[in-house]
Amino acid sequence: MTSQLDWRPSATRAALKSRAQQSAFVRGFFEQRNVLEVETPVLGRCGVTEPNLDGIAADISAQGVEGGWLQTSPEYHMKRLLAAGSGSIYQILKVFRNGERGSRHNPEFSMLEWYRTGFDDVALMEEVGELVCGWLECARPGVTSYRQAMIDWADIDPFTVSDHDLRRRCRQWLDPRQLEDLSRDGCLDLLMSFAVEPNLGTDVPEFINQYPASQASLARTSRVDGFDVAHRFELYIDGLELCNGYWELTRADEQRARFEADNRLRKAAGKPEMGVDEAFLAALEHGLPDCAGVALGLDRLLMLKVGTRNIADVLAFPLERA
Amino acid sequence: MASYSTNEFRGGLKVLLDNDPCIILENELVKPGKGQAFNRVKLRNLMTNRVWERTFKSGESLEAADVMDHDMEYLYTDGEFWHFMLTDGSFEQYAADSKAVGDALKWLKEQDVYTVTLYNDAPLSVTPPNFVELEVVETDPGMKGDTAQGGSKPATLSTGAVVNVPLFITVGEVLKVDTRSGEYVGRVKSS
Repeated sequence: MTSQLDWRPSATRAALKSRAQQSAFVRGFFEQRNVLEVETPVLGRCGVTEPNLDGIAADISAQGVEGGWLQTSPEYHMKRLLAAGSGSIYQILKVFRNGERGSRHNPEFSMLEWYRTGFDDVALMEEVGELVCGWLECARPGVTSYRQAMIDWADIDPFTVSDHDLRRRCRQWLDPRQLEDLSRDGCLDLLMSFAVEPNLGTDVPEFINQYPASQASLARTSRVDGFDVAHRFELYIDGLELCNGYWELTRADEQRARFEADNRLRKAAGKPEMGVDEAFLAALEHGLPDCAGVALGLDRLLMLKVGTRNIADVLAFPLERA
Repeated sequence: MASYSTNEFRGGLKVLLDNDPCIILENELVKPGKGQAFNRVKLRNLMTNRVWERTFKSGESLEAADVMDHDMEYLYTDGEFWHFMLTDGSFEQYAADSKAVGDALKWLKEQDVYTVTLYNDAPLSVTPPNFVELEVVETDPGMKGDTAQGGSKPATLSTGAVVNVPLFITVGEVLKVDTRSGEYVGRVKSS
């Protein structure tokens, strides 16, 4: 029986030891490649505009500073370092996402984020494969486009399907009333999570790339086979989403437009609009070197290493015990 | 009536779904890193006992169901209803129909205490305690000398329940029975 007041860790000592080994492996991996370890704030002045990420506000008014958010990702701070000439950098840190708790989620989790100057998405995928498969001792990942994965497992072409047919496909999980206010990307996310994801990376690890441009987030976009796609990739192993990488957008004007579009989506969803991180945009205006970056969930990587489907098995104290 | 949002969903919560009271069994967050969050929820419909799996967009909410468990003493049956009384000193009585009593029927003994689940103040289900003590009213006589060595026989208890018992059990003895499995646990020592 688990109790809310249980003081004991939920991870075994073996899992805790494996976590320490994993950190050492990661640090060794980047030392060999001359990538600099950095630290950026966990508590920042700004949050993120991402429509589907909810930050955790932290009151820092005693410092005479407005705002205060536990960071959902170190991305903006790390890009400011890159703009200042840091060269390739990596970081292991805790990040925070409100409302995310489940067998694969904890509101506070460990992230490995790294940026490689001069790399594009293809080169970075190669390095992700070396790191992940070096640690897990598994076969090198295959690559499937987002479009092909959707065709294979959800029976729709995400770029050409009509809104009507897309909604009809979603009726397997949601009723028409629930679908009414679900956006096109929301419908695609549903199919990705419920129809596609469980089938990804079941034999060998599998990269998904060439996401629809509407899901580019901070990635640059280009035209492939007549469709606008994002230079964004994710890695799946045994149906578990492990990382999210971009060939980074470097244009400040485009980035500002995306932040504003995010806030319009937030407003439509009844969520508070978020202040735009002007320091980050100023860094982009100064000039972000060409680079690719990726964020990888270390708790999930450890779940695969120790062979569990429950994140609580690799956390000393998940939320309920924290 | 209060309502619960998906991030408040947890095992044991009672909610209204399609106008039926349901109890949440499991709630799993399904969310691509940067994408829309959903909840995959397993619920048992308390009217039919069927287990449903439903998907919700995170942030959707369900109305709370007015479902409460109460300890009640079983009083008597008039053939159509089974009458229970709250043990909280209020002497308030409730009449459960055969659908609510369900499988608990064969364990009902007057003056024993049961869990009666009320939905909108009417009995929805009756749950017996895990163990009950009932008297044997009918069983074949056991063979002399054939004691604990294997073998069993059916015995009818005072409530009509039939359980398999060891051969040495005789009419008039009081037995402890596990209501979850319907299995004989042991004899109750007479004081």
